[in-house]
Amino acid sequence: MGLLSRKATCNTHGQDSSYFLGWQEYEKNPYNEVNNPNGIIQMGLAENQLCLDLLEPWLMKNPDALGLKRDGISIFKELALFQDYNGFPAFKRALVDFMGEIRGNKVSFDPNHVVLTAGATSANETLMFCLADQGDAFLLPTPYYPGFDRDLRWRTGVEIVPIHCTSSNGFKVTLPAIEQAYRQAQKRKLRVKGVLITNPSNPLGTTMARDELDLLINFIEDRQIHLISDEIYSGTVFTSPSFVSVMEVLKDRNLDQTQVWERVHIVYSLSKDLGLPGFRVGAIYSNDPVVVSAATKMSSFGLVSSQTQYLLSAMLLDKKFTKEYMSENHKRLQKQQKDLVSGLEKAGIRCLDSNAGLFCWVDMRHLLKSNTFEAEMELWQKIVYHVKINISPGSSCHCIEPGWFRVCFANMSESTLKLAIQRLKSFVSSIGMKSQSHQELKSLRRKARNNWVFRHSLQSFYDREQDTTTKVSFSYRPHFMSLSNIAATLDAAA
Amino acid sequence: MAIEIEKPSSVRLSKVAISKTHGEDSPYFAGWKAYDENPYDEIHNQSGVIQMGLAENQVSFDLLEKYLEEHHEVSSWGKGAPGFRENALFQDYHGLKSFRQAMANFMEQIRGGKAKFDPDRIVLTAGATAANELLTFILADPGDALLVPTPYYPGFDRDLRWRTGVKIVPIHCNSSNNFQITPEALEAAYQSAESMDLKVRGILITNPSNPLGSTIQSSVLNDILDFAVHKNIHLVSDEIYSGSTFSPSEFVSIAEILRNRNYKDAERVHIVYSLSKDLGLPGFRVGTIYSYNDDVVTTARRMSSFTLISSQTQHLLACMLSNHEFTQNYIKTNRERLNKRYDMIIQGLKKAGIECLKGNAGLFCWMNLSPLLNEPTRQGELELWNIILNQVKLNISPGSSCHCSEPGWFRVCFANMSEQTLRVALQRIHKFMEQRKVCSVNQ
Repeated sequence: MGLLSRKATCNTHGQDSSYFLGWQEYEKNPYNEVNNPNGIIQMGLAENQLCLDLLEPWLMKNPDALGLKRDGISIFKELALFQDYNGFPAFKRALVDFMGEIRGNKVSFDPNHVVLTAGATSANETLMFCLADQGDAFLLPTPYYPGFDRDLRWRTGVEIVPIHCTSSNGFKVTLPAIEQAYRQAQKRKLRVKGVLITNPSNPLGTTMARDELDLLINFIEDRQIHLISDEIYSGTVFTSPSFVSVMEVLKDRNLDQTQVWERVHIVYSLSKDLGLPGFRVGAIYSNDPVVVSAATKMSSFGLVSSQTQYLLSAMLLDKKFTKEYMSENHKRLQKQQKDLVSGLEKAGIRCLDSNAGLFCWVDMRHLLKSNTFEAEMELWQKIVYHVKINISPGSSCHCIEPGWFRVCFANMSESTLKLAIQRLKSFVSSIGMKSQSHQELKSLRRKARNNWVFRHSLQSFYDREQDTTTKVSFSYRPHFMSLSNIAATLDAAA
Repeated sequence: MAIEIEKPSSVRLSKVAISKTHGEDSPYFAGWKAYDENPYDEIHNQSGVIQMGLAENQVSFDLLEKYLEEHHEVSSWGKGAPGFRENALFQDYHGLKSFRQAMANFMEQIRGGKAKFDPDRIVLTAGATAANELLTFILADPGDALLVPTPYYPGFDRDLRWRTGVKIVPIHCNSSNNFQITPEALEAAYQSAESMDLKVRGILITNPSNPLGSTIQSSVLNDILDFAVHKNIHLVSDEIYSGSTFSPSEFVSIAEILRNRNYKDAERVHIVYSLSKDLGLPGFRVGTIYSYNDDVVTTARRMSSFTLISSQTQHLLACMLSNHEFTQNYIKTNRERLNKRYDMIIQGLKKAGIECLKGNAGLFCWMNLSPLLNEPTRQGELELWNIILNQVKLNISPGSSCHCSEPGWFRVCFANMSEQTLRVALQRIHKFMEQRKVCSVNQ
């Protein structure tokens, strides 16, 4: 028996990737300052753990918010029964004010255009269901968050076509790259419904420049398609240039209240800015009432707990607190990023210039044995197993240049970061560096672009999870390289 | 179907977004609108519409509030909030182990220990709405079909079909045998699906039933499972009202049936549960899928990323449901109070000359108004419904919205209001029936 759906038996959930093994290794041997100083340091997790100590005193000072009381009187019943998919009005108001603050109040948001969802994961999927049919496509600049492969495609049947960005211009989006992606989609007989950008970018850690946003707006206007701007890291911009939201650009160009205005949608979440991924608070913001209406109904499948909506409405309404919090948040992120960047520099490793996010986009091309993704995987394995640091290889983010890695810095203490840098330094000096001629590099790059087979075997990984393979049996028909094969390869290498 | 002239931007939305499969244009929801515009209030609006279309459990809140008063720390991670940080960061789709353990225990208690649940087979979702949709994504492909006995919860039309593209083929049940599911009806539904070229992937039953308010008998459950085995399809048992059975001995879970069979054929069975009805906490979004199939558990867990339960809520409920004294008392008291309400409404309706299906569970009763219909059709039923909504000022759910094949039946909720309000509703019904008697005498 036991026939499950195609969705259940396919690999689009992305969890059979070699990437998973980095996580598994970390879970088997997690670093702990006191109990396991030789363990693996987790630098593959984009979490903001730097400011939770600021939230704790706020909670102590606001017992009503936690105790489900209003002015000392229990509103437990009201909250327990509140399952209105339109969301807790006070929370939506507080959320849009918070979003406005993050954008320097250069744009203001209407709470009636907000749809609350259980996390940005849910928001992104919901928008796909609303904007695209099975078999349609969205264009995404690479490198991108590995989780999108699942979130945008798995249950929706929507395809992702990459807009390739390269280090030649700091991975910025260019018109030729977008047009190339569009043509590629057409070749594959896919109808392009829109572009999805992450701004600030994961994994780059950079904010998009105005000219890039202009370019994108012009493109979607011309092709009459949608633009989704995933702005979940907007509150992590810790240094200039300041954050410019796509909404701001539309407003500055007097495009509000036009058709293109209704085709631009924002995704937000409190998981990164406030460091509350467990609470599952995401939002879709759209100026198209039909999208808001459809997405609202769909949010029934992933509503935010009323208990949590109440707590966070109180927190976000405390504007003095949020201002102080965000300011301190930026300070700490900036310091941590600086420590990582300067530490890596001393090890001869450079990072892409970044001003946001919880990670750096690190250039380890010079450490590759060859300019190939195999070499990237080899390097990654060494870093996980020997250097004992879990970082994310660029190939899992669909980067077309081998040798880039995303390294997270906001999910650990200063001292743990120092230790990680120390380990990397020792590693770099131990392997030495092979210098390669410019010509050699060019020809190797051409070979790398043809190396699709190996790249396709590297799916994405995103959550922190623990599938105990001892308890669960996998009975999937392997479409790609199966987990067991990759596991065997890595075992041999270790 | 009317052709709608859509705004240019709508043309660029998905088929799913512009379809009507969300079902919100049905009478089920129109009654809501009438209520929202003129809601009854004991003090401020005594002539308003009384909401009897909402299956909510409001009879046992005091028990929950008392627990929270006596256990502050469960809402606040203790003094100094030592557990806050870990909880706020916890987004593991396995869910809090302590919460899964507590849920498993709670589900066992509800079944009087007649079934055992393994916490590692529990997948958490934001409500049963999400659980049902998720299971459908896993068990069926777009264009496939699920067999669902009628009458059924109107929300299934959206939950099982909207984004999944899966179809529902009804298993017709009728009053000749108290709406029980028969092997003949199962076979007929299967044949019907086949004749429409639809591949049947499973059966979805709700036990206790919404809207019937009755439990499915052991022999029927065995028949259904045998049928599923014979056709090699899945069986989903939505047991969200299991804790609302008035007498504990009367509810038989599919888990019990499986246990009696030594778990043979268990890998095709999946149970949906939620705290929305039994604990009256729909706002907290707590649903679960319990599957005996490892692949389903693994896949469901991964898919639950789209619909995780807030870790803050998991923490609160893990504490509450681990308190054995609390849960024992709650389950017992809740049952007694629901039973009392049920008796009250049945007696009241009887006095008004209205019969209901014999019920033993749930937050509603299945009322037979077929003798009052102008014509024994759906149209006749809707006309009567309109009168009840606009003249008697009661929002009840017409059987047609539940896909009942016999016109004249209505679902009437009784647990979402005070006893006083229920009395008022019964008085109005009484008066309405008296007036009709007078009218018919005069004709």
